[in-house]
Amino acid sequence: MAEDGIDVRFDTVSKHFGDVAAVDGISFALRRGSFHSFLGPSGCGKTTSLRLIAGFEQPSAGTVEIAGANMVGIPAYRRPVNMVFQHYALFPHMDVAGNVGYGLRQRKPRPEKSALDRRVAEALELVRLPHLAKRRIWELSGGQQQRVALARALINRPTVLLLDEPLAALDRKLRREMQIELQNLQREVGITFILVTHDQEEALSMSDTIGIMKDGKIVQMGTPEELYDAPVNRYVADFVGESNFWSGEVAASDAGGAAIRLGSGMTLRAAYSRLGAPLKVGETGVIAVRPEVIGLYPPGAAPRDLDCQANVQILNRIYLGDHSEFSVRAEGLGDLLVRLPKAVETAGLEPGAAAVIGWRGNQALALSET
Amino acid sequence: MRIYAVFVYLFLYAPLAVIALFSFSAGRSASDFHGFSLQWYATAAGNRLVIEALLNSLLVAFVSSAIATLFGTAAALMLPRVKPAFRMVFDALTYVAIMVPGIVIGISTLIALATTFNFLNPLIAGDAPGAPPLGFGFGSLICAHSLFAMALVIVIVKARLSGMDRSLVEASMDLYADPWGTFRQVTLPQLMPAVIAGFLLSFTFSLDDYVIASFVAGSRVTLPIYVFASIRRGVTPEINAIGTTVMVFSLAMLVVAQVLLRRQARKPAAA
Repeated sequence: MAEDGIDVRFDTVSKHFGDVAAVDGISFALRRGSFHSFLGPSGCGKTTSLRLIAGFEQPSAGTVEIAGANMVGIPAYRRPVNMVFQHYALFPHMDVAGNVGYGLRQRKPRPEKSALDRRVAEALELVRLPHLAKRRIWELSGGQQQRVALARALINRPTVLLLDEPLAALDRKLRREMQIELQNLQREVGITFILVTHDQEEALSMSDTIGIMKDGKIVQMGTPEELYDAPVNRYVADFVGESNFWSGEVAASDAGGAAIRLGSGMTLRAAYSRLGAPLKVGETGVIAVRPEVIGLYPPGAAPRDLDCQANVQILNRIYLGDHSEFSVRAEGLGDLLVRLPKAVETAGLEPGAAAVIGWRGNQALALSET
Repeated sequence: MRIYAVFVYLFLYAPLAVIALFSFSAGRSASDFHGFSLQWYATAAGNRLVIEALLNSLLVAFVSSAIATLFGTAAALMLPRVKPAFRMVFDALTYVAIMVPGIVIGISTLIALATTFNFLNPLIAGDAPGAPPLGFGFGSLICAHSLFAMALVIVIVKARLSGMDRSLVEASMDLYADPWGTFRQVTLPQLMPAVIAGFLLSFTFSLDDYVIASFVAGSRVTLPIYVFASIRRGVTPEINAIGTTVMVFSLAMLVVAQVLLRRQARKPAAA
């Protein structure tokens, strides 16, 4: 075990496939017992990062440490990590117990049969499948296969559990259940979990920390709150949650924020993101406004203290139960999305009607493009 | 269309049915049926030459298909790891080996071995006087048969391997099994149906082969060679009995091979 409580550490790790850098000089350290996610579109390097930890790939440069030990050159079968594969990769020629006990049977010396059976039973108990030990793999549902894959990995008590889009093949409701179950399981066993996903909702709801990846690099790493409230640039703001964006030339900049002149001639002021870099006058900047911080009012009903106001026409309204989404068209701002909670009075806000939008300047963010 | 199909099958299978039917004839002629009897099977089983030819055939078939299965499987496993250019050439040559007519394989093997023997025998006689010279026989038969059958095994095992989920191997490695452990516990069990099917097809091929054997068998007599030689002296119901036995045996093995290959094709879909 590492002295500093770090389970996985990457130091300027790169992985090249031919001319392509799948992972491009990334460094990070993951705290023991945390639930970490790598989030990004396909091809961003998140799966390669996971495979570098598992040992299926060796880095082209840099060092990979697990629990303080350098893992470069160590093959997958000598690493204290286990993986849950995207399509589970359960062995079809073995039954459930055979699959779950596989890792223990490779130990030297091999555990006695009674000890092995007991551990398998415990592992199946942990994933709530104790009655299915003798089933064949193809007799199980997707959710059950998922749990067997989890049991097969966790029975080995690895330092780190790797999860490669493990919920992608499940339907929406089951996915939600498994998300909660995975979180509970992680707290119960206290092992570091590393999840790879392209589903931002999944990453946000389960993780202690998230690394947003793009083109083999980590764009931002932090808690879900940090990523949502203080994105470092447009890419992160766009990937985590939803935002309205306007880009233009930075007209003025001070310690607190910047004013950006849009193509339409309109100038918008916004505060800097807590974790973003300040913008320079003359360069291109982006204003990002989350749809839920924008207010939408009937003409003349807008509060007076809004920093930014515009007359709009309502294009469409989508009722989503606990909230409603409006798409509106504003002069000089184009089309944007507004989200109102159910509690807000929406009488008169119908498609085709004129209305007013507005937000406070400190709720808008001035960001760099990249 | 249906009538047409019936005639095609009649044309293909009627002669085989006739041979099987006449093997049960009680008469001495292979063209008249004189009541049902198993006497010709008894005659064949009592014929020392037939039994010797059968044992020779079984020996050659077993050894050559064992060699073909071992090396063919090894080659199929190695192919994904070699350079793509080399693999393409290897694949092409594998298919050539299957498509080239038996007579060409027979002649070329004969010439190749005869040349090798002519080169080596004087050296052997010089180095180790009294050692028997190399010649045609079991060795050359097994050599020719296993080379051909190896191509069959490669094609069958390769198809299975490419259908296998690569992540199974990674899962095994991830669960602390070293490469040999992974091969033994995951790869081989996954390939087993194809390996057995390859062995059975090789066995059938070797047992039934006349063309190649006639070139390289030397003085050894295999069952097809015996049958062919006997026919020149006239077809007796005894030949029919031998033919029927070999046919039933081969068919049974082909069916088993087919069942194995089909089951393995169906399984991943169900899993």
